[in-house]
Amino acid sequence: MHNLLSTLILIPLIGAAFILFVPKGREGSLNNIRWIALITTLVTFGVSLLAWQKFDPTSPAFQLIEQGPWISDAIRFKLGVDGYSMPFILLSTFLMPFCIVASWVSVEKRVAEYMIAFLVLEALMIGVFAALDLVLFYVFFEAGLIPMFLIIGVWGGKRRIYASFKFFLYTLLGSVLMLIAIMTMYWTAGTTDIPTLMKFAFPATMQKWLWIGFFASFAVKMPMWPLHTWLPDAHVEAPTAGSIILAAILLKMGGYGFLRFSLPMFPIASADFAHFMFFLSLGAIIYTSLVALVQEDVKKLIAYSSVAHMGYVTLGIFTLTEQGIEGAMFQMISHGIISAALFLCVGVIYDRMHTREISAYGGLVHRMPLYAAVMLIFTMGNVGLPGTCGFIGEFLTLLGSRIANSWVALFATTGVVLSATYALWMYARVVLGKLVKPELMNIKDLSLREAMLLVPLAILTIYFGFHANAILDVVSVPTEPLLAALKTAVGSVKTASLVAP
Amino acid sequence: MIQAIVFFPLLGFLIAGLLGRVIGARASEIATTGLMLAAAVFSWVTFVNVGYGGGGKVHMIASWIRSGSFEVDWALRVDTLTAVMLVVVNSVSALVHLYSIGYMHEDPSRPRFFAYLSLFTFAMLMLVTSDNLVQMFFGWEGVGLASYLLIGFWYDRPTAVAASMKAFIVNRVGDFGFAFGIFVIFVLTGTVEFEALFGKIAMLQGVKVDFLGIDWDALTIICLLLFIGAMGKSAQFLLHTWLPDAMEGPTPVSALIHAATMVTAGVFMVARLSPLFEAAPAALTVVVVVGATTAFFAATVGLVQNDIKRVIAYSTCSQLGYMFVALGSGAYGAGIFHLFTHAFFKALLFLGAGSVIHAMHHEQDIRKMGGLAGKIPFTTTMMAIGTLALTGFPLTAGYFSKDAIIEAAFASKNAAQTYAFILLVAAAFMTSFYSWRLFFLTFTGKPRWGHAAEVHHDHDHHGHGHDDHGHAHGAHEPHEAPFVMLLPLLLLSIGALIAGLVFAPAFIGESYDHFWKGALFTGEHNHILHEMHDVPGWVKYSPFVMMILGFLLAFLFYVAKPHLPRELAESQPILYRFLLNKWYFDEIYDFIFVNPAKAIGRFLWKEGDGRVIDGLGPDGVAARVTNIAAGAVKLQTGYLYHYAFAMLIGLAVFVTWYMFGGAH
Repeated sequence: MHNLLSTLILIPLIGAAFILFVPKGREGSLNNIRWIALITTLVTFGVSLLAWQKFDPTSPAFQLIEQGPWISDAIRFKLGVDGYSMPFILLSTFLMPFCIVASWVSVEKRVAEYMIAFLVLEALMIGVFAALDLVLFYVFFEAGLIPMFLIIGVWGGKRRIYASFKFFLYTLLGSVLMLIAIMTMYWTAGTTDIPTLMKFAFPATMQKWLWIGFFASFAVKMPMWPLHTWLPDAHVEAPTAGSIILAAILLKMGGYGFLRFSLPMFPIASADFAHFMFFLSLGAIIYTSLVALVQEDVKKLIAYSSVAHMGYVTLGIFTLTEQGIEGAMFQMISHGIISAALFLCVGVIYDRMHTREISAYGGLVHRMPLYAAVMLIFTMGNVGLPGTCGFIGEFLTLLGSRIANSWVALFATTGVVLSATYALWMYARVVLGKLVKPELMNIKDLSLREAMLLVPLAILTIYFGFHANAILDVVSVPTEPLLAALKTAVGSVKTASLVAP
Repeated sequence: MIQAIVFFPLLGFLIAGLLGRVIGARASEIATTGLMLAAAVFSWVTFVNVGYGGGGKVHMIASWIRSGSFEVDWALRVDTLTAVMLVVVNSVSALVHLYSIGYMHEDPSRPRFFAYLSLFTFAMLMLVTSDNLVQMFFGWEGVGLASYLLIGFWYDRPTAVAASMKAFIVNRVGDFGFAFGIFVIFVLTGTVEFEALFGKIAMLQGVKVDFLGIDWDALTIICLLLFIGAMGKSAQFLLHTWLPDAMEGPTPVSALIHAATMVTAGVFMVARLSPLFEAAPAALTVVVVVGATTAFFAATVGLVQNDIKRVIAYSTCSQLGYMFVALGSGAYGAGIFHLFTHAFFKALLFLGAGSVIHAMHHEQDIRKMGGLAGKIPFTTTMMAIGTLALTGFPLTAGYFSKDAIIEAAFASKNAAQTYAFILLVAAAFMTSFYSWRLFFLTFTGKPRWGHAAEVHHDHDHHGHGHDDHGHAHGAHEPHEAPFVMLLPLLLLSIGALIAGLVFAPAFIGESYDHFWKGALFTGEHNHILHEMHDVPGWVKYSPFVMMILGFLLAFLFYVAKPHLPRELAESQPILYRFLLNKWYFDEIYDFIFVNPAKAIGRFLWKEGDGRVIDGLGPDGVAARVTNIAAGAVKLQTGYLYHYAFAMLIGLAVFVTWYMFGGAH
């Protein structure tokens, strides 16, 4: 098969089309819709595994390339993957069935539209990571927001309008600036082909402006402090599956963007802005961890903790060291697994009690021992305990930051104390303690469906914690040439000052 | 064999943890305890093979983390130091497993308990067998997790949950230093593997590193950072606050984790990195000062505590201080020797205390005990042996190891040598006093329990079924524990009596070199082991004298004239309250760390996020926009169209620009 990637993008769209034709209102039609969505996402995952099979992780080149004419000769429809994008495609296709199953009973209104939104979103997400043309990337990147926007705005909670508006306002600002940058790049380089642009040397001053344009979009998406306030609101209002995709995949597009565009295309600017990025990353790690500490809403707490964890990602990327960048990639994938699982865990109790207030819970372990056990695994993953995948990314990014700057590393490492504090405190208040609240007396432990969602994620959390090379060996392949090119571009004088301890 | 030693406990954890509900409590107990006993036997075989035979080697398992030049392997390193720790960890763990079958026999969550115990043992074994700093960190945090789970085992009690969190978080502060030390080591040497690291020490001599704007001696800063980790795990001064609270866990846990094994991890770490510390004399001085201060401080607090387990906990804290003084003085063998003997007699004391608590139906206040010697004679004997060993009665285990430390402190050329010696001798006096105070209050005199005491029962300990052995209060006399609890006591008491005599030649005596085979490094100019034999006679006798004095004073206060302590406390109210409240550390930390963190968090959330960021950004703009858009279209769809519209416009602009302007 020579067009695996476009097939991957097409399958969810075909599934969505099928759902359109399911007759409405008949008995069982809702279930049919759900099954179609689930089968579609499973098939997509299967095909992505096939793509992984064909993918050679030892080669730094883009692979599975397909291209065809699109807007013009210069702006083409070009797809391909490397060691940075392939893991994200797998993560997206892997998590999508979880989203469908997580919504199986909790979404009751407009089921068809809901499933279509998710399937379209999946297609667009795969597109984002597979695109090898700047304009194509932009289209996927921006279009992906529309289904997410709908998911929050239509199936969200009470303040969904406010949340989706905030989401919209931030992303709009970012994307306008990125679009301007893209146009400038096309003007200068005469192409929008990503592999070509990665080798194109933009003048240093122009790099600075282009970098800022892309930064605006990616920083909002990550989200980086202080552009993060849309995220807690979006998470709180989004349905569980929406939160999963938002935290696990959409946030990663920012980090992916920095690695795919900012570093290789604007190396000088990236080195110049490194300290600025450190500052913002530290803001994310310390500021949002402290804010997470005092949250009263479970989902908000996890949302703030996501911002803090993304702080490690930006920190690691801009250390411009191998450990930092690979750690950042690892952190993104591990956070994809752990945050998805944590939001699923919140969904489990929200479905039962319809509240996310921490104070409404307490002593769940008495009625829900299985839930307490898996939740503990993910809490520890969030804390970055060695043996879970949360550790590797944190440790490597901090190691990289120590190579880059000892002050930054010192402040960033305080995050390990803060994360332990907010995560364990939440766990203690929700799960541990006496079961005294009368409305919790009959709460049920995980159903088989919920267990089937959480257990694989728990296994992966531990598996990648013990076998970190499964991911590191893939992401290290594109990192080495990236750093080599970066060093040449920045010049020997600057590089020396970068690696000095 | 080493694989069996390390992975049997993991297997036990998986069996009890995953299948516990299916196979039931009894099968979980048998599986975990059986596997642990096997691991313990193998450990002794390894100990003899390695220590008295040909030495060990490193067993590779797999590659763990590979990122650029940063490489970490899963590997099992076996040398004499590891072998000693294997014996300590697995022997105590196996006995504690056995003991717990009796102690926990009415707890409904036994599979979970045994799973945690085995998980702890596995993590501890990964720590002591590690061949690099990162795997050590894995074990380090792994035992922290197990400790967290076990302290909070009775999760119904708010105090237990709070204590478990405190233990984890305070340890994280230490781990912060440990992790940071690993980073600095990697930056300077490019490796985290022990042998490679030790090979580069010569290269680091005299190297200065800029750290936070100050030029530091590279080796000193590395050792100090790592030592912060050791301070957290081994509950040293300033980072000790979690250990007394950790007594909220079931007593077997206190014996295993918070006395014999986990808390000694810091000592083990410094000993394992002895080549590094030997090259950093300034860091060794810090180790001595912290150790001596802890030994003294914890002993003063131990004087006035009334909870049987807390007295022993402070004693542990204090004894760990002794071990660090030994390490800091360069007498690594003495430090590890005390770790080894301490494991036996401290586990004995804790398990004995557990037997007392069991007999007293979960009463822990020694003021409500008394006269138990006649009721539980076996336990009394065991506690007496433990107390003798702890206070260093001649020929018991503590006599050899603790006296060696005091001599080493005197003989050392360390800058803080006098300070350490005086504090340790003073602490030896206090150790003897509080140990005998505990013994007399618990076992001698008139009973202060029964119907009179029942009214005052602390309901916190009884309101639920977990730890309650189901006896009606006061309906039964205190009774001796079942055989499965007494057997571990008996075995540990043998260790407490003879471990010093048997192993002193190997650990600190004439067979030192042959036994350790270089597992403990001593610098060229370090002759402490010889010098400590040549100290003046009064130094050699000082601990013994202190022990006798402590005993006599305790006898006077609690047997001969029991009204004296109260009068003394009343005449010195400030000092008494100061000690009783543990030097007010918890209050101070709450004041400077805990409360401000929450206040800052709240401020940043409400003011920073709410008022500044949202106020200037989206909400400000939103206020304008919603004014305009009010009542026009349904909001969510409206925004969607805006959005899609904006994007289309953008694309249109781009295409237009491309078609008309893009003259390339």
